[in-house]
Amino acid sequence: MDLFEYQGKQYFARFDIPVSPGDKADTVEEALAAAEAAGYPVVVKAQVQVGGRGKAGGIKLADNADEVRTHAGNILGMDIKGHVVKRLWVEHASDIEDEYYASFSLDRAAKKHLLMLSAQGGVEIEAVAESDPDAIVKLHIDPVVGLDAATARQAAVDAKIPEKALDGTAEILVKLYRCFSEGDCDLAEINPLILKPTGEVHALDAKVTLDANALFRHPEWAEYAETEELDERERLAKTHDLQYIGLDGTVGIIANGAGLAMSTLDVVNQVGGSAANFLDIGGGANADVMAAALEVINFDQNVSSIFINIFGGITRGEEVAKGIVEALGRVDLRAPIVIRLDGTNAEEGRQILADAGIPESKLRSEPTMLDAARAAVALAKN
Amino acid sequence: MSIFVNENTKVIVQGLTGGQGKYHGLRNRDYGTNVVAGVTPGKGGQDVEGIPIFDSVADAVAATGADASFVAVPPKAAPAAILEAAAAGVSFVVCITEGIPAQDEARVFNTLLADYPNTRLLGPNCPGIISPGKCNIGITAGEIALPPSAEGPNVGIVSRSGTLTYQALYELKQKSIGVSTCVGIGGDPVPGTNFIDCLSEFQADPDTHAIIMIGEIGGSAEEEAADFIKANVTKPMSAYIAGVTAPAGKKMGHAGAIVSGGKGTAQGKMDALAEAGVKIGLNPTEAGELMAEIVANLS
Repeated sequence: MDLFEYQGKQYFARFDIPVSPGDKADTVEEALAAAEAAGYPVVVKAQVQVGGRGKAGGIKLADNADEVRTHAGNILGMDIKGHVVKRLWVEHASDIEDEYYASFSLDRAAKKHLLMLSAQGGVEIEAVAESDPDAIVKLHIDPVVGLDAATARQAAVDAKIPEKALDGTAEILVKLYRCFSEGDCDLAEINPLILKPTGEVHALDAKVTLDANALFRHPEWAEYAETEELDERERLAKTHDLQYIGLDGTVGIIANGAGLAMSTLDVVNQVGGSAANFLDIGGGANADVMAAALEVINFDQNVSSIFINIFGGITRGEEVAKGIVEALGRVDLRAPIVIRLDGTNAEEGRQILADAGIPESKLRSEPTMLDAARAAVALAKN
Repeated sequence: MSIFVNENTKVIVQGLTGGQGKYHGLRNRDYGTNVVAGVTPGKGGQDVEGIPIFDSVADAVAATGADASFVAVPPKAAPAAILEAAAAGVSFVVCITEGIPAQDEARVFNTLLADYPNTRLLGPNCPGIISPGKCNIGITAGEIALPPSAEGPNVGIVSRSGTLTYQALYELKQKSIGVSTCVGIGGDPVPGTNFIDCLSEFQADPDTHAIIMIGEIGGSAEEEAADFIKANVTKPMSAYIAGVTAPAGKKMGHAGAIVSGGKGTAQGKMDALAEAGVKIGLNPTEAGELMAEIVANLS
């Protein structure tokens, strides 16, 4: 779950990481109030989950109320790479003497936490990694041991962070590590981490990705779920607790198992089509789940055909087939279905589908994944 | 032979009194697995269809001599359950639980590494392991796997995905190809057992003659496996990687299946494996067909 900058900063603040005083704003009036509270000059920042906000004109400095009114008015509603700005973050503008980079993530290959720290901040870290890899210090941290202040300070020394910023940087690293580990982040990144002329170090930006699996111990995350950037289809799927990701194609996909669902998208692509979505209905394909899945697929106006790809393991073919027939009775579909049912008792399942009296123009069965994909893609193109 | 488990493996089920644990634990027993005990704190002395329940893994191990555990408890309780099994001296722990926070997984992995180096964890978020005809721990439907033949050739399977594992078992069965062992390593970011662990065992197993590997987007486990294969695996292999068309930055159902910062793409993984001499199928069926060709050449 990706957080917006303002949410990331609020999350940082829970772990005592210093950020600029500011507030979120959904209207020009709210932006003015936030600016008054933060104190001029202020920075007005578009809240979108996409890089390159500054270049797109989504970040502006304002010295007074008139400028806030102008910039807030321009930025609200702005389209930045397909993301429409609905919310602003207005914070007191900081004097910047120097900019650094710091992040914690999980290094999956090493199975350890990874600190990346650089004295070159404010630019994309991937660009630094490309042009000057030695400028990034990478430190593996044993999740059982954690990160202490001395180790953090040494990392800052190794990264050639200037003397006057060392203590402040080390202190923030320890706090950011706590935020990352206790706060159940997949990623906690500050870019830039700034040094002010006064000698203070603080977070000028916040990029936080939370691990959705840890939701059970973070009831406070509920508010982030409300603002999650989902399209209407994804929102509907969420109300049904479905593992759904919206895509741009025309073949609606329902499969059981994440791997099989991914594979289904690939096969559709391989035979010249494109998937409208990823949807994993999990192991048990009962009528309720199937009906909910079909409802979500049916809601997507781009869908011209539906490919149901089920492999019966413990869930037997006849149970799956009964579920589908029942679900079809509940949802009035626009698009025809092609189903591939395989695995345990697939024959019996196919027989149930054939005997259900559903016209072939609405539902047809194909023996293999590839045949079914071809049929679904052909239907989508007609 | 088989890898990690065999007909002598004695299994306890942590969570045998719960819904998932009971359903799959009893299915595993029906398959022929030696399910010797269940563990549920506070329910020691009871039994589930004749399988005795103990309060702790230590008690269960002391009474039965169990050497493997099947962890089927919810995400909140799973990390402690895994470590309890390790502390009781269980050498092979299979955890099917989906939804364990990555931070917990990383802590469990590194705790096992430091304090319990003799315990192997399979999973979490995996279908388990089946050595057809001998032992089935987890949620695989045993009937879709063909036991290995004495004369061979037999195939080993290692996979990050559950349903694609079943698919592979099924395709091999339809082609009458026996399976020595099928290991589902799971779709989470920090799996206890990785591709290399399994490839290394399959390479050493005299009854495994060829290997199918099923990977997916995210992380670099397939690329590391490719390096290992180049240097150490002489048995012929086919592979399939899911997620060619997955959009970047989205977790595709599995917590570990995500392309981030241009890394972990299916294409990169396929290229690495192809370069290591692995035959790549563009869909699961093709990987099965490639394996059938390999097996025909071995016969």
